[in-house]
Amino acid sequence: VFTEEDKYGLYSNLLFKYFLAEGVVCGHDLFVASAKEHPDNIIKDLPAPLLDDTYRNELGEEATAVKSEDFQDSMKIAWRYQNLPKMEDSPTTSTKFGHYYDVSKTMSPELFRSIKWHSFYLPEELSLQPKMKTGHMNSAYARLLQSIQRIIYQEGFDGSDPQKKQKNILRIGIQSLGSMLWGDDICSSDTPEDIHSLTKFLYVLRGLLRKSLSACIITVPAHLIQNKAIMERVTNLSDTVVGLESFIGSERETNPLYKDYHGLVHVHQIPRLNSLICDVSDTKDLAFRLKRKLFTIERLHLPPDLSDTVSRASKQDLAESAKLLSSGCGAMAIGKKHLDF
Amino acid sequence: QGKFTLLRDTRTDGSFLVHHFLSFYLRAGCKVCFVALLQSFSHYNIVAQKLGVSLTAAKERGQLVFLEGLKSCLDLLFGEKEEQSGQPSPLQFISERASNLKALFDFIRTSLTPAGGDSSKGPVLLVDDLSVLLSLGATPVAVLDFIHYCRVAVCSQLKGNIVVLVHSSEDSEDEENELVVNSLCHHSDLILWVEGLATGFCKDVHGQIKIIRRLSLQLMAEQDHVQIYQYKIQDKNVTFFARGLSAAVL
Repeated sequence: VFTEEDKYGLYSNLLFKYFLAEGVVCGHDLFVASAKEHPDNIIKDLPAPLLDDTYRNELGEEATAVKSEDFQDSMKIAWRYQNLPKMEDSPTTSTKFGHYYDVSKTMSPELFRSIKWHSFYLPEELSLQPKMKTGHMNSAYARLLQSIQRIIYQEGFDGSDPQKKQKNILRIGIQSLGSMLWGDDICSSDTPEDIHSLTKFLYVLRGLLRKSLSACIITVPAHLIQNKAIMERVTNLSDTVVGLESFIGSERETNPLYKDYHGLVHVHQIPRLNSLICDVSDTKDLAFRLKRKLFTIERLHLPPDLSDTVSRASKQDLAESAKLLSSGCGAMAIGKKHLDF
Repeated sequence: QGKFTLLRDTRTDGSFLVHHFLSFYLRAGCKVCFVALLQSFSHYNIVAQKLGVSLTAAKERGQLVFLEGLKSCLDLLFGEKEEQSGQPSPLQFISERASNLKALFDFIRTSLTPAGGDSSKGPVLLVDDLSVLLSLGATPVAVLDFIHYCRVAVCSQLKGNIVVLVHSSEDSEDEENELVVNSLCHHSDLILWVEGLATGFCKDVHGQIKIIRRLSLQLMAEQDHVQIYQYKIQDKNVTFFARGLSAAVL
């Protein structure tokens, strides 16, 4: 899963934590990698699950999406929504809907004791082993790959240890990949030194994930990457790409259309695994909002146009935004041309 | 025989065509070398079973040579240093600085050259996603050279066919990719161009496909023949229909 960070990194961090928190609650193992915040801090900060039964959702499992029996070669790169939108089905291909989380509280340490988690904090790793022969890729990425591969092999996620009876899933979270903290200069210069580092890393990571029982979420500060070709290649290499656009600091914050929401969710790509088609939902316009306790993603709906005395200027504005909304994004088709109705 | 088909997709996923060609050629009994760079073997296997062909069986009887790019890459980077029979990995350009796709070409050539005398049906080379090679560090020139060598070997010498999938887009910022795609378009005998609808997402029509037969390449200097259809992908099948005549509309 690939998330393009929003400008100030607030909301993508939240999604990142949700992914990991879901892993803790489901009993999966975790692997957290970051160059900017120590993974211990990230883990301590995970939201607490809401165990209230009224929120628990009763949707049955859709049998097609996850091949839960077919563990050996196929894996899950699933885009999971922790909170279902208020409307009908959420645009996701995963099955068992997880749990709800309370953003204002952090997870209690007892929940961590039952799982194993591994961390990769770049400044620590660099100090442990200052020199490493890499050659073909940025050294930070190479180290991360080595680390992930080692964990997968040692803990038997790739099925290499037939004695292991309990099959578990490894959830990998990588924060802010491609930023300068990882030693990659694609965010700072137009002609970076090694333009292929990130894409090579993703390719190898994809290989590792396909070979083992793991799922991975990566957040990337896409708005900082100067060379757009890289983003296109990265999109091709990922299974699911979601972009988060928050309204902070942009002109949309004051737009009456968006007054209930904190940002938009752009789903650029959904996985098409093991079948000819993918499960596409009806709606492509999604927005998110962060209430005091809950982070929800829902279908974007326009507020009713109640007043007759709305001035021309703002009516035009609304119409413009409505046009933007109707050209939704999706794996199937992206219509960038606006049609006049 | 000896045809180069280019599958091109824009703003949508054209891999259903790859699945189609794979099962088509396997059912026809040709020897197929499939270079799958982006997905694992089980993905193709599962889809092919829905289309009525078993890839594992084809692999076992030697009809299909499957190069799983992801697995090869992992073996290259993390595998132990033992090399079986001294053969270099087909993807070794990833770890070397020199972006030279010769090893990949050698692999393809050795797998498609018929061992015995049964060359009644030409062999087929299928590449899923040439654009990935650019992401892995190959230069556009290297990729074009590679394709050229493959054409010489497969189309001319072995009288086989090549089918290649690339991604492209009109307003793409990836110039290297566009360079490769444009160049390939000029050399292809048949182009299947899959696009998302310009008007946006639609549940019943997943996109449109343009079939371009490059008659202008032949000596008669005719115009290219273009046909456009729209399609909808279902679980085991893809239905094609003329523009505007989708079942949802009629």
